[in-house]
Amino acid sequence: MATAIEFNNISKIYRLGLVSTGTLAHDLKRWWTMSIRGKEDPYLTIGETNDRSIKGESEYVWALRDIDFKVEQGDVVGIIGKNGAGKSTLLKILSKVTAPTTGTIRARGRIGSLLEVGTGFHPEMTGRENIYMNGAILGMSKQEITKKLDEIIDFSGCERYIDTPVKRYSSGMMVRLGFAVAAHLDPEILVVDEVLAVGDAEFQKKAIGKMQDVSRGEGRTVLFVSHNMAAVRNLCKTGIVLHNGSIVFSGTADMAIEKYLKNDTLKDNIIDNLTKTHPRLNVKKILINGTTLSNSTLNPQNGYLDVLIEGEADKIVSADASLIFQNNDGAALARFSFSDKRGLLNLDGHFSLSARIKLPPNMHAGRLKIDVAIHQPNVEFYLVARECCILEVEGYTPITGQLQPISSGLLSLTEE
Amino acid sequence: MNDSNQDWTTVIKPKEKLLQVDLKELWRYRDLCMLFVRRNITTQFKQTILGPLWYIIQPAMTVIMYMVVFGGIAKIPTDGLPQPLFYLSGICLWQYFNDCLTKTSSTFTSNAAIFGKVYFPRMVVPISTVLSNLLRFAIQFALFLVVYAIYQLFIIPGQIHTNWYALLLPLLVLMLAGLALGFGILFSSVTTKYRDMSLLLDFFVRLWMYATPVIYPLSTITNAKLRFVMSLNPLTGIVEAFKYGFLGEGQFSWGMLGYSFGFMVVLLAVGIVIFNRVQRTFMDTV
Repeated sequence: MATAIEFNNISKIYRLGLVSTGTLAHDLKRWWTMSIRGKEDPYLTIGETNDRSIKGESEYVWALRDIDFKVEQGDVVGIIGKNGAGKSTLLKILSKVTAPTTGTIRARGRIGSLLEVGTGFHPEMTGRENIYMNGAILGMSKQEITKKLDEIIDFSGCERYIDTPVKRYSSGMMVRLGFAVAAHLDPEILVVDEVLAVGDAEFQKKAIGKMQDVSRGEGRTVLFVSHNMAAVRNLCKTGIVLHNGSIVFSGTADMAIEKYLKNDTLKDNIIDNLTKTHPRLNVKKILINGTTLSNSTLNPQNGYLDVLIEGEADKIVSADASLIFQNNDGAALARFSFSDKRGLLNLDGHFSLSARIKLPPNMHAGRLKIDVAIHQPNVEFYLVARECCILEVEGYTPITGQLQPISSGLLSLTEE
Repeated sequence: MNDSNQDWTTVIKPKEKLLQVDLKELWRYRDLCMLFVRRNITTQFKQTILGPLWYIIQPAMTVIMYMVVFGGIAKIPTDGLPQPLFYLSGICLWQYFNDCLTKTSSTFTSNAAIFGKVYFPRMVVPISTVLSNLLRFAIQFALFLVVYAIYQLFIIPGQIHTNWYALLLPLLVLMLAGLALGFGILFSSVTTKYRDMSLLLDFFVRLWMYATPVIYPLSTITNAKLRFVMSLNPLTGIVEAFKYGFLGEGQFSWGMLGYSFGFMVVLLAVGIVIFNRVQRTFMDTV
């Protein structure tokens, strides 16, 4: 297979803060060092890694740093990463919206970008007029659009409204129309950024189907940015994880997703992931699944899960300690409370709570996230640890056809 | 590595050559340009009652105001021409230039939303603006012709000495469009970083009108120094040529027209170079 796109040391620097203050001074200095003295841009050397949450020294940050990878023709590449990791910047550079600071990109074929559907829709113009407008903005000729007009209208499912100004459309209908145009763009390389976030379930399915056709049937290359891991898993063969402007992983889509989800803010030890503490409670040790590590593997065949909480307390009465089990998307699946069998707890001085939790039969393979809390019901929280621990449930994932992939310790139901 | 370097159809680099204007690409997007033109025209009068009549009402009211203020109160001469005809000719030309300049000068700032999402040659937008304003000019010019016919046939029959120079009209309009486009893209490039310019422009354009023989004929300027300054204005030659061709009064000279043309060519070249440089990274500073 030939290479469709080649990224060569792509970097992009951004200036933070207000653009106006000191811009002229910086411009003058840059002009002085670069044009008159023939040296490098003085502000490129002081750029910092782009970590959104940490206060930095420099006004300049690298939104992207030394991005280097190749995309094979016909590949569907998922680009994942946290907000501000540089995903959209990368796509913007690829679609020529903004230029890179350093590096080159080489590509074969027309690049069509879908950074936001419905770009250039004019509210006063009808759906039909906007199809032409939008198509032309995306690089189609009038003839091409006319040829595909019926197909586009049909795909959008907005036939009835097609001669109504789009200001009368619902937001979902606008997205449908916008995606319908873009989906018929037929570029050799399609760049897609978070377009599936809007639109109803039926349309999302249709859109994913169309993108699959595009890549599988017609051998086109797709770059796809999304926070929807299910969509990435469904659609992409390979994946790239961006973190603070650099590629931290590139490989198969499944592995990239794993890497990304692990790459979250989770610290290695459960005890370091407390989100709320209390002066009267000092928890020293938390063991889940027999380990203090926040990431471990659970074999459901064992049939149980061990939990231990140890610490010092200062006269905490009628408290409860509980664990909430969630799937990957944060939906609660199950809970366990120490008080269920032993009644409310009185903790004073050194204490040690341990339990062996019985697991339900027929757990599916996947990932469980666990919250831990110690609280006096309806009165006060002494300890909260949100998603402090991840359990990888081992086992077998049954094929579920067209349903969403199962990524949590879901239960299999059996016939009587 | 070297295997098929010619194969690449797209190469994206941080900086491109100074005068790289991709005319082929621009031509490929001609459909988009025409669609923009249509959009500009059709959406302008959506939900209005009078619609395109506004194109006529505006200059008509302006002419009346000029007749009262400049003709009546200030008593500025009009080269012996009927005031409505004199003012209308100036207004037609000036209005076209003014509209093109102010609209194109906000190309980047007012289209940031589209430009930030998808790439197409940015020049399409200012070019389509200049083209769509042609319709307005045509309507106002028709109004001028109607008023002209009324005077020539009924009020002062045969006293307006129209001559062959009137055929220069397409060239004059082209030069107006080129000048407006050149200044407009220059301003729009500068305003992406420094908004001061957009504040300046408003004021600057208003002053410019008074430096152009719109409300007075060039022949009233007798002071040699002032006249020299006036002749530096590239619009002077154009407006005077128009008046000379259609109305038979005015200071026509090939020299001034040539100057205006040269000015336009240089301005456009500079404008395009700067515009091209800015369009590559303006999203980061706009």
